[in-house]
Amino acid sequence: MPEAALILNSQAIQRALARIAHEIVERNEVSGEIALVGIQRGGVPMAHRLSTLLSGIWGQPVPTGALDVSMHRDDLDRRVAPNVQPTVLPFDVNGKTVVLVDDVLFSGRTIRAAMDALNDFGRPKCIELAVLVDRGHRELPIKADFVGKNLPTALNENVHVRLSESGGVDEVVLQRMD
Amino acid sequence: MDKCEDSQLYHPSIHQSSNPTIPFLVSWTRKHLLDIESLTADEIVTVLDTARAFKAVGERSIKKVPALRGKTVINLFVEPSTRTRISFELAEQRLSADIINFTAEASSLKKGETLKDTARNLEALNADFIVIRHSASGAPHFLSRVLNSSIINAGDGAHEHPTQALLDTFTIRERKGQIRGLKVTILGDILYSRVARSDIWALTKLGAEVTLCGPSTLVPRAFEQMGCRVTHNVDEAVREADIINLLRIQHERQRKSMFPSLNEYSSLFGLNAARLANTKPNALIMHPGPINRGVEIDSAIADCDRSLILEQVTNGLAVRMAVLFLVNGGKGPQEVAAG
Repeated sequence: MPEAALILNSQAIQRALARIAHEIVERNEVSGEIALVGIQRGGVPMAHRLSTLLSGIWGQPVPTGALDVSMHRDDLDRRVAPNVQPTVLPFDVNGKTVVLVDDVLFSGRTIRAAMDALNDFGRPKCIELAVLVDRGHRELPIKADFVGKNLPTALNENVHVRLSESGGVDEVVLQRMD
Repeated sequence: MDKCEDSQLYHPSIHQSSNPTIPFLVSWTRKHLLDIESLTADEIVTVLDTARAFKAVGERSIKKVPALRGKTVINLFVEPSTRTRISFELAEQRLSADIINFTAEASSLKKGETLKDTARNLEALNADFIVIRHSASGAPHFLSRVLNSSIINAGDGAHEHPTQALLDTFTIRERKGQIRGLKVTILGDILYSRVARSDIWALTKLGAEVTLCGPSTLVPRAFEQMGCRVTHNVDEAVREADIINLLRIQHERQRKSMFPSLNEYSSLFGLNAARLANTKPNALIMHPGPINRGVEIDSAIADCDRSLILEQVTNGLAVRMAVLFLVNGGKGPQEVAAG
């Protein structure tokens, strides 16, 4: 096994998400205009956790959806076709402030695809970005508005975000690929 | 997966494992779709799962995605076709591909050019995909050996019609939840039907019990070698069926009459109210179209709520988008680095 280091444990992940939720509240005063959109697959459980936290703060449910970006990727003819996951946006994105949610921000290409995919559903008033881990190595001019942890990495390292929704425990692990 | 599970899958609170240490199942690595016979059950399921996402795209107000932006598709329909060609064309347009339609009526094939030369000329235009319909069995396989483009079989002779079988299995799975264990009766002209051959492959690979029925001249016993049951008793064939898939009498592919008359076929094998009354109440009716009302199916039955005929058309579009999307995949690893 390649060596792996624990970056965030369960408590640290929950603290980071709570802080992100409060930052979203601070940035967006009008709660009724916010919607959360998790990017398949890692961003979806994270969006639901943020949704729960925000509902607690605002005292009202926060519309939350899931977005698959496979059809908007820019590397479709370079890789084996991705497994397309469902896109579910149970609200009108027009006029909303949409907070895109993903587990790891890396090249920025997924976020670029996500913004294109989102535009097929309407014209949000504003799109913000929340990620649990920003590992650097951006290939596009994209920056997160809310970051759980900035983690400088090497290109031969992988960041694994595991949330208990998919079984097991919450953890963020850095692994070197040899 | 049944309908209920299906709707759960689309609910945002239910999601599949997001554990990134488990690489995604690499289940489609093919460059071509030539037939169903050579596909594995997993590959068929991958197409059906992918098609489900594309069906959702068709229900949005913006029905177009950029997956094939900048790619060129040539629809090489050497044999006439309306619905398959239109379905492929719309699928390609919804994937943002550039399209050239090439039909036999107005082509150099009429001037004596060989298929190989025609196809190589088309490929010289840098076609990325060629969707071919041809009266000769094996024509798509031949092109896949001589060209670099991805080849998709839109029907070759009496051999196979893979996208029809995929849309049929998609439709059955969507309505019945799963394919395994279902009793599917294919009724009609099996001998000349590429749809029947592709359907038999797809359904048996996914675990359905397939029964073939029709006049003995059109449903030879030899089909038992494909793993299905053959009967010439239509009442017995439809009695226990969960799905009754009717096939059109292929006038154009029959060298001489294989049965005395259409009227006789209709009375002996057509699906009418009396026969339908003896089927399971939840048995569903399918037909790849075009239907001959009053021949293989009574007009009222074609329009009843147990008929999936128009759903098949809608699903065909999603399945063809999925196939184009999958064969467009490259050779790189599927697992995409996060971010």
